[in-house]
Amino acid sequence: MTEKILDVKDLKLYYKTLKGYVKAIDGINFDIKRGEILGIAGESGCGKSTLGNGLILLKKPLNYISGQANLNGKNIMNLKNKEMNTLRFKDISIIPQFAMDAFSPTKKIKTFISDIVSQHNINPDEKFFDKVRERLDMVNLNHSVLNNYSIELSGGMKQRLVMVISTLLDPELLICDEVTSALDVSSQRFVANMIGDFRDKKIIGSAIFITHDLSILYQIADRIMVMYAGHIAEIADSDTIVKNPKHPYTKALISSLPKNDVQYKDEQLSGIDGTPPNLLNIGEGCRFRFRCKYATDICAKQTPVQEEISSGHTLACWNYKKAGSDKNV
Amino acid sequence: MSFIDKLKKNDNLYFALRNKKVIIGAVIFLALLITALIGPIIAPYDYEEFAGAPYANPSFQHLMGTSIFGRDVFSQVLYGLRSTFVVGFVGGTLGTVIGLIIGFFAGYRSGSMLDEILMMMTNILLVIPTIALLIILSAYLPYRGVITQSMIIGFTSWPWVARAVRSQTLSLRNKEFVNLSRISGASTFKIIKDDIAYNMFSYVFMVYILQFAGAILTSVSLDFIGLGPTKGISLGLIMQDAVNWNAIQLGMWWWAILPGVVLTVLVTSLYFINTGLDEVFNPTLREM
Amino acid sequence: MSETIMKIDHLQKDFSIGLMSKKKVHAVNDVSFDIKKGEIISLIGESGSGKTTIGKLILRLLRPSDGHIYYNDKDITTDYKNKRDYYKKVQGIFQDPFASFNPLFKIDRIFDMIFKNFIESDKNKKEKINDALKCVGMNPEFILRKYPHQLSGGQLQRLLIARALIMDVDVLVADELISMLDASTRIDVLNLLASICKEKGMAVLFVTHDLSLGYYISDTTLIMHRGNLVEKGKTSLIYNNPVHPYTQMLLKSIPDIGKRWDKNEKFLPEDINKKIDDFYKNSDIKKGFIEVEDDHKVLFSL
Ligand SMILES: Nc1ncnc2c1ncn2[C@@H]1O[C@H](COP(=O)(O)OP(=O)(O)OP(=O)(O)O)[C@@H](O)[C@H]1O
Ligand SMILES: Nc1ncnc2c1ncn2[C@@H]1O[C@H](COP(=O)(O)OP(=O)(O)OP(=O)(O)O)[C@@H](O)[C@H]1O
Ligand SMILES: Nc1ncnc2c1ncn2[C@@H]1O[C@H](COP(=O)(O)OP(=O)(O)OP(=O)(O)O)[C@@H](O)[C@H]1O
Ligand code: SF4
Ligand SMILES: [Mg+2]
Ligand SMILES: [Mg+2]
Ligand SMILES: [Mg+2]
Repeated sequence: MTEKILDVKDLKLYYKTLKGYVKAIDGINFDIKRGEILGIAGESGCGKSTLGNGLILLKKPLNYISGQANLNGKNIMNLKNKEMNTLRFKDISIIPQFAMDAFSPTKKIKTFISDIVSQHNINPDEKFFDKVRERLDMVNLNHSVLNNYSIELSGGMKQRLVMVISTLLDPELLICDEVTSALDVSSQRFVANMIGDFRDKKIIGSAIFITHDLSILYQIADRIMVMYAGHIAEIADSDTIVKNPKHPYTKALISSLPKNDVQYKDEQLSGIDGTPPNLLNIGEGCRFRFRCKYATDICAKQTPVQEEISSGHTLACWNYKKAGSDKNV
Repeated sequence: MSFIDKLKKNDNLYFALRNKKVIIGAVIFLALLITALIGPIIAPYDYEEFAGAPYANPSFQHLMGTSIFGRDVFSQVLYGLRSTFVVGFVGGTLGTVIGLIIGFFAGYRSGSMLDEILMMMTNILLVIPTIALLIILSAYLPYRGVITQSMIIGFTSWPWVARAVRSQTLSLRNKEFVNLSRISGASTFKIIKDDIAYNMFSYVFMVYILQFAGAILTSVSLDFIGLGPTKGISLGLIMQDAVNWNAIQLGMWWWAILPGVVLTVLVTSLYFINTGLDEVFNPTLREM
Repeated sequence: MSETIMKIDHLQKDFSIGLMSKKKVHAVNDVSFDIKKGEIISLIGESGSGKTTIGKLILRLLRPSDGHIYYNDKDITTDYKNKRDYYKKVQGIFQDPFASFNPLFKIDRIFDMIFKNFIESDKNKKEKINDALKCVGMNPEFILRKYPHQLSGGQLQRLLIARALIMDVDVLVADELISMLDASTRIDVLNLLASICKEKGMAVLFVTHDLSLGYYISDTTLIMHRGNLVEKGKTSLIYNNPVHPYTQMLLKSIPDIGKRWDKNEKFLPEDINKKIDDFYKNSDIKKGFIEVEDDHKVLFSL
């Protein structure tokens, strides 16, 4: 069996607020194997960024409640901040949502990189920048970008720089939060390929790729994990998720993707009726039940458990047999 | 609904009352303020009165010892605290308010004629040595009370505030939420108040503390060169007296240092309130 | 055809770079187009190509270096007054939802401001807000009375959309308004916008990277590259018959679900710059921004 880089078991991460807990990650199970790219998709506010950020840094008001997140066999949820600091960048690294906009407009790129890595106790000497230049070549960026101001670069170039910076220490696991959302399709394609390329060259061990764009996920992710309101709905290889989804939410999501050659004036696509639930102090039961046409009594009483229905295909739904075989959505 | 629940509805107050730094700072500041207000009533002696043996160490009789002239330092501090607060409040407030108004408008309308004129005024005032200006002004006024002194300090201390606030405003002005307020039809005044000043709250407070302390220190230097209030006492005058009479060299540390300690405690309490309020007003820094 | 409500006329915006340098970026370079009543225009282009800058110029948040913008035949670039009346009819949604909220205020503030300044009576204020929130798929009781940092990017984005929906506007500049929404919410929001355009005659300038959604929703498409408008016209004409090399490359790189990219093909976005230069050099018969067919113009040389 291939080695698991990350193994998450029944993990719960809640935001503590004055009125109670916002259960943004509520008992999820998944793993990532070496060399694998796991895509995470799901409605906005379902906890994708919470998961990504929580694996890197538990910052108040986000609280670790229970469960495990084992990175190379070690539960990182119990680590003290100091121990975690030694892992960051080297073992696990993140590109946060909107990292691209963090470039300071008044600093040259080189100064900016020096400032950032110094904060992580790395000495930005010429040897260090030789490595940076080597990586710039790999992503087809000219060395002269180091002497540019950020506003002189296009978004695609900036995003590539961000990726180069965050992978300089060859992390085992790279978490990418919406790294392609602000790019044009050609830059999207380049950046997405770049992650696969880094994986192939063993610069990164594996990656988590968070995005709303299922069509990009399909291109680069080996497996896709679909989340809904703090729970996992379905995990499977990307072909299964796109072509043969079984969970009612995944099915509805896939069917609302725009198809080529459809224009609003000719034919109207439809989304999913209703709104996601309030995660504050939310109780038992399937969180999709208010919008699900297969919902039955049990859905309101008990939270569906994650079940492996075939090798590598996990889902959480009481009625997946009925829903999964239904052809029309 | 319990009292706590009611409080929770007003987040800012709730968090302010839960913040240890704010509470500690506010308690000390208020204690000193009350002491200053009722100082003359509780003071065991008058500040100019011969109260007992000179050179006396602090004791129950003389909490802060006595001066070389046998004056009770504790009573002097009680009276002096008053004028020190007045100088701090009036001078500090005046300097801060003028600096803020000029800084906000110049920064928000940067590049405009208004900005040019305001900054020219500021720069001229910045290059003229303040103390020279103060000497001239003070010398022309035959009678000087504490208030006059505070106003002179206030009217001359704002330029660096204006400069600092202008550059902060410039960077906030380009934030997207300022743009959202602009297309929401908010008035310039409201944008400056809610989007700029409010986001600079802790900075402004910090400036105020510096101005408060600065006004007190400036008044001390004025006192030193004989341009202090023609009548009365202040913490500055006590310390100046002590230094003039070589209190430290004579081993009378209490005379020189204790008034300074009171001054430091006063400024520190303001600093505590400042950092604490930063946590209160910035929701992202709140502890839950 | 329907009437033109806004006319963008040879618009130019330059920024200077660095603190003291004389270097300049031509963020928007000689751009002209019309916005008609009820029309949805998608504005597509590389990141940094000037899309947001055009939006900000229309919203009068920046002053153009050259050129004019006419709203109902009035030049708004020379009129510094009447901004409030203008904003009553021309509104925007900014690209970065996290930056669009003042962090010190609860999110209700964005609604309070428009009710105070643009909407005559507070009557039904609550219902209006709740309805708008439901339209964008949000639960009002959950959302209101929260601070911005307590919400996700997509939730903030939908709040901004709801804000614009409450106002009855002529022109909406929607900068990447769906970038942070999932597929099903995207469709709902776009359908909603389209129906408002049809019923009330609102025009939308829809800045996007998603070419499939651009095709789905828009009547007219504008393609930008490095500050220049390189191709504009009826959406179906541009998608079926792209002429400019940049447009051609964009359309080729749309990720197709169910069909994977060719791993062996070396794909370098920078190669396009050379191709474009060659294209400009070789097109010696045609010069400038020229009509290739009815309602379809292409930039043949700079
Ligand atoms: N500081 C906070 N306090 C309370 N609740 C929070 C806080 N931050 C986030 N949340 C809530 O947690 C949930 C998950 O947020 P998260 O940012 O992880 O969503 P997301 O899946 O990344 O969404 P998006 O796709 O829009 O970025 C949301 O419902 C949000 O409202
Ligand atoms: N205030 C500014 N000062 C200097 N340069 C600026 C400023 N604002 C924008 N620019 C530059 O102008 C160009 C156009 O920027 P703009 O934000 O309009 O691009 P965009 O097409 O919206 O890109 P994206 O898709 O990334 O949002 C960029 O090169 C940018 O760096
Ligand atoms: N017509 C315009 N088009 C683009 N930018 C403008 C225009 N008029 C002013 N500005 C810019 O907007 C900034 C603010 O100036 P302006 O006089 O418009 O204030 P305002 O925000 O409208 O406030 P108020 O509504 O109180 O008049 C100025 O720095 C200027 O650069
Ligand atoms: S558990 Fe019930 S409500 Fe949830 S998705 Fe399955 S059928 Fe629908
Ligand atoms: Mg997110
Ligand atoms: Mg933009
Ligand atoms: Mg104005």
